[in-house]
Amino acid sequence: MDLNTIGEIARPKRLDKAIDWRDGDAWLAGGTWLFSEQQPHLRRLIDLEGLEWQSLVVNDRGLEIGATCRIAQLAALDAPADWTAAPVIGQCCRSFLSSWKIWKTASVGGNVCMSLPAGPMISLTTALEGKCTILQRDGTERQVAVEKFVTGNNKNVLKPGELLRRIELPASALRKRTSFRRMSLTHLGRSAALLVGTLSPQDGVFMLTVSAATDRPHRLEFPGVPAADELAAKLKQEIPQFFDDVHGTPAYRKHITFHFAEEIRRELSGNKP
Amino acid sequence: MSYLVNGKAFSEVPRPGQCLRTFLRDIGWFGVKKGCDAGDCGACTVWLDDEPVHSCLIPAFRAEGRRVTTIEGLASNGELHPMQRAFMNAAGFQCGFCTAGMIMTAASLNEEDRKDLPRVMKGNLCRCTGYHAIEDAIHGVKSIGEDLPGKACGADLLAPAAEGVVTGTARYTLDTKVEGLLHLKLLRSPHAHARILAIRKDAALAVPGVRAVYTWEDVPRRLYTSATHDDYHADPNDMYMLDNVARFVGQRVAAVVAESEGAAEEGCRRLEVDYQVLPAVFDPEEAMKDGAPVIQDKSAESRIRRPGQNILLEIHGDVGDVEKGFAEADVIHEGTYTTHRVQHAHLETHCSITWLDEKHRLHVRTSSQTPHITKQKLCYLFDLYPDSVRVFCERVGGGFGGKQEVLTEDICAFATLKTGRPVKLEFTREEQFIASTTRHPMRVNMKVGARRDGTLTAFQMRVVSNTGAYGNHGGETLYAACGEAVAVYRCPNKKVDGYTVYTNMVPSGAIRGYGMTQTIFAVECAMDELARNLKIDPFELRRINMVKPGDQMIAESAAATDTEFGSYGLDQCLDLVQQAMVRGNGVKRPEGADWLEGKGIAISMHGAVPPTEHRSEARLGLGDDGYYHLAIGTAEFGNGTTTVHRQIVASVLGSTASRVRVIQSDTDSTGYDTGAFASAGTVVAGNAVRLASDALRERILDFASKTYGVTRDSCRLEHDAVTYSNTRVPLADFFAAARKQGRQLEVVRKAYGTPRSVTFQVQGFRIAVNRITGEIAILQSVHGADGGVIINPMQCRAQVEGAIAQAIGWTLFEKMVFDDGGRMINPTFRNYRIPAFADAPRRTEVYFADTNDAFGPLGAKSMSEAPIYPIAPALANALTDATGIRFFDSSLTPDRIFQRIFESSQPSKA
Repeated sequence: MDLNTIGEIARPKRLDKAIDWRDGDAWLAGGTWLFSEQQPHLRRLIDLEGLEWQSLVVNDRGLEIGATCRIAQLAALDAPADWTAAPVIGQCCRSFLSSWKIWKTASVGGNVCMSLPAGPMISLTTALEGKCTILQRDGTERQVAVEKFVTGNNKNVLKPGELLRRIELPASALRKRTSFRRMSLTHLGRSAALLVGTLSPQDGVFMLTVSAATDRPHRLEFPGVPAADELAAKLKQEIPQFFDDVHGTPAYRKHITFHFAEEIRRELSGNKP
Repeated sequence: MSYLVNGKAFSEVPRPGQCLRTFLRDIGWFGVKKGCDAGDCGACTVWLDDEPVHSCLIPAFRAEGRRVTTIEGLASNGELHPMQRAFMNAAGFQCGFCTAGMIMTAASLNEEDRKDLPRVMKGNLCRCTGYHAIEDAIHGVKSIGEDLPGKACGADLLAPAAEGVVTGTARYTLDTKVEGLLHLKLLRSPHAHARILAIRKDAALAVPGVRAVYTWEDVPRRLYTSATHDDYHADPNDMYMLDNVARFVGQRVAAVVAESEGAAEEGCRRLEVDYQVLPAVFDPEEAMKDGAPVIQDKSAESRIRRPGQNILLEIHGDVGDVEKGFAEADVIHEGTYTTHRVQHAHLETHCSITWLDEKHRLHVRTSSQTPHITKQKLCYLFDLYPDSVRVFCERVGGGFGGKQEVLTEDICAFATLKTGRPVKLEFTREEQFIASTTRHPMRVNMKVGARRDGTLTAFQMRVVSNTGAYGNHGGETLYAACGEAVAVYRCPNKKVDGYTVYTNMVPSGAIRGYGMTQTIFAVECAMDELARNLKIDPFELRRINMVKPGDQMIAESAAATDTEFGSYGLDQCLDLVQQAMVRGNGVKRPEGADWLEGKGIAISMHGAVPPTEHRSEARLGLGDDGYYHLAIGTAEFGNGTTTVHRQIVASVLGSTASRVRVIQSDTDSTGYDTGAFASAGTVVAGNAVRLASDALRERILDFASKTYGVTRDSCRLEHDAVTYSNTRVPLADFFAAARKQGRQLEVVRKAYGTPRSVTFQVQGFRIAVNRITGEIAILQSVHGADGGVIINPMQCRAQVEGAIAQAIGWTLFEKMVFDDGGRMINPTFRNYRIPAFADAPRRTEVYFADTNDAFGPLGAKSMSEAPIYPIAPALANALTDATGIRFFDSSLTPDRIFQRIFESSQPSKA
């Protein structure tokens, strides 16, 4: 929709001092969320498109996703053959409520910065142990794990004027075995719960990421695949509260989370789910 | 800067925060539509460098230097794009408002994409079709039949607007450029109940571009209702155009008129309002109690039965003696059924443009189902002579009853009368949710008793309907709720009590099903419980108790009515659905032990015409082009009446539908019509068309006989000519001959909606439900419909499919959710999910009863509204069959299904 209070678009080629952050500014990546709601508090959009950040870098260390990388680009990634976790990328990309037409415009960084419970890029990058690089106001960078980056429903650690620059997924995580479960109240709709389990072929570490069912992502870690009651006990302890909105009641989300967690546990322990 | 759209360069520059959608419309590409303005519905889909995008989410400046293609640019060298042709061949639209976006998306798909339509089409919402016809279009299926002379009745003919719809050239309400247009925005109440103590306008008036601010002190202090019925006494006069009391969150508080939408929005933000917050009540049972806040403190002139108790209307009636009946029963079922708040969600939001012509006549271009009554209301509000107001509709982008209401025209016209300028008011999708109307939530206490053989002995129902802050359709829907749902069953002892109650909620209103989906849900679930308790097949239980020809149809009173069996096909519908379900369709439930399977049915009866005064006038003549010209007041909003009217004319006059041109829904050029609601378009307006067609035929033959000096019997009317003794006079020449003699070949006929016949529906579902996740998979959907003679089977089937999809949406997905303060928390399509492609069962088996109605045109009955009735209870009954648990609320989302299964598995504490 039209954002009628916007009086100016800044289209920098580089992020230098020329861009002084002020009240009423917003970073514009894909714009698919910004333009989907009234933003009467905003006066200026700073377009990140001209910065021409590299979308995807595949190297020995893993996958580097530029914050402005489009969802469609990520979904089309031609992953190295030994990245056994690569299917989770597609599974998470397909977990958007929005249409594939919007994936061409929407950015991975935008989804993470929106920090909504059902943000599937949050699920993906938490499960694959992603690290966010944040560009600070003074031009320096700091790093924070994705699960620490998102602090609540629509809340994260970014301070005004800070910018998510990139997310790195380590190769070790991309080489894990994975198991994916998702539930939505409508077909292909917004997630009520999205769980990803990973199992390291190297050290046997089992991780379970719970997202969408909670206001922020949770990643539980075990030295090996836990017993059923051990997993349930830890879930109970780590996640005291489940998220409440029109896409699922807390009781339902809790129920589905425990159900999927056990399915994933069984799948990754080699048993049939 | 330069923008390249459909191969043309444009030098216009968008505003910094403007999205591509409005920029394209600003430069004249009106094929780009707004359904949500938030990226959820896809109606605004265009191609950017040949890739489909939702143009409402694209900053306009990003299209600079790139190629933009809209629906208008899809055809090349005068040849339709194959996908445009395909949507015509499959009649892949009803109101057509989503079609441009649908086609722009579908036309971009490759072979691989087409294998997974639920995924690739999920960003395009259609509220009308249920997606079957859209799927057919994408797969190249041809559904339309041939338009042959004299064979129009019963033919699968295409809507006359089809080419305009698929090319994006069909004009909807706002698809026009108006010079000097002002924009109106409404400041809405943040409180559910508050007195407005003061409104300071200065800061708002100081915003550049703001031309006027109107508050309750500026508008006529005249009570009226937003509901539109021919007899305005049917609805309570309980609202002012702007009021000093806000009675729900979202009520109009002030109107700001400005040179741009942005300035009007800013003006609204700058208004300073002092509210005195008042106690609010949201539950109708609470609202009826002593000491509850009084919401409508009005005098008798408002026609509210008990304003002090917040009761708009109450109905009490009985026949026989229910206590005696219950004493005779072997089995009694009692249950309290509730229905939730849902909405029409037509894609074109409410909107109007109003202006004055040089003679100071008021013109109102609006998205309405009732242009003639809207005109009357405006005359009343502003003390205008009827001949100084014109209300008209272009194509209307869906209605479902929501546009049987004056929600934009009044304040928009007021601003035009005040400023002398053209004014536009366009609802946002959020306003659509928080400030238009909804279905009436109802609580229904059912108690039914039957003998061991299945015969009903007593039927008792108590209904409490929540009309919200205003009464509009609250009274009439209660009458409907207590009508056919009760009368469809024979029972000597019946008792009905009904209440419509004011609360501080968004007003309820007219919506497909009009009060009846709610009670039919309760009644049909209760009948299912009886069948289960008695171990009688649910089809058989209906056969034992359903009304049959010769019976009087009795709801809460045995008084005589004008309702009769003009035809009767309920027995056939039951047989057809039962046979299809016994036959099965081979679809198996998903694998896994957690999937349970169940079957359920429900039936319904529907008055083929609304009970309040209904009439229509058809003017039909032969034109100088040799075509028939029909002028009819009713509106086309995807209901297909235009197609049906052409078929009636063609059928009676032995011509083809393509030779019939229709002018409609314009108070200047069509006779009075009470509106397109309650499926009156086919029956009432259709009868006027049939009567006019008969009369025109007589007039033509009379004239031929006199003019050519031959007997009447030797004159024949053929599809394009009049013939007599080996002479053939083409219709255009015949017109010229008449003109020469100063004769007009034109007739006018009126029709009335009485006596009233009844239509019937039967729905059967076989479903699977996952006992862990609460998901439902629809395995088989079968619908039996008794619509009399079906004038256009393809179109009628599509109406049935659309109704089923809408009801499935209401039942399985949609729910308007409010916080403790009466504020809606999900007023967007992403949070109020109407069915997308993947959600609708696109393969419902639709069977028509073979009946011929005594009252409807050519034996037809109405069939747009009614298929919605039995869907929710049939689903609920199937769910009960699968799980053994009764679901008493009509919202059956997976989390609620889980909750109910979980509750039922807990050991009883008793």
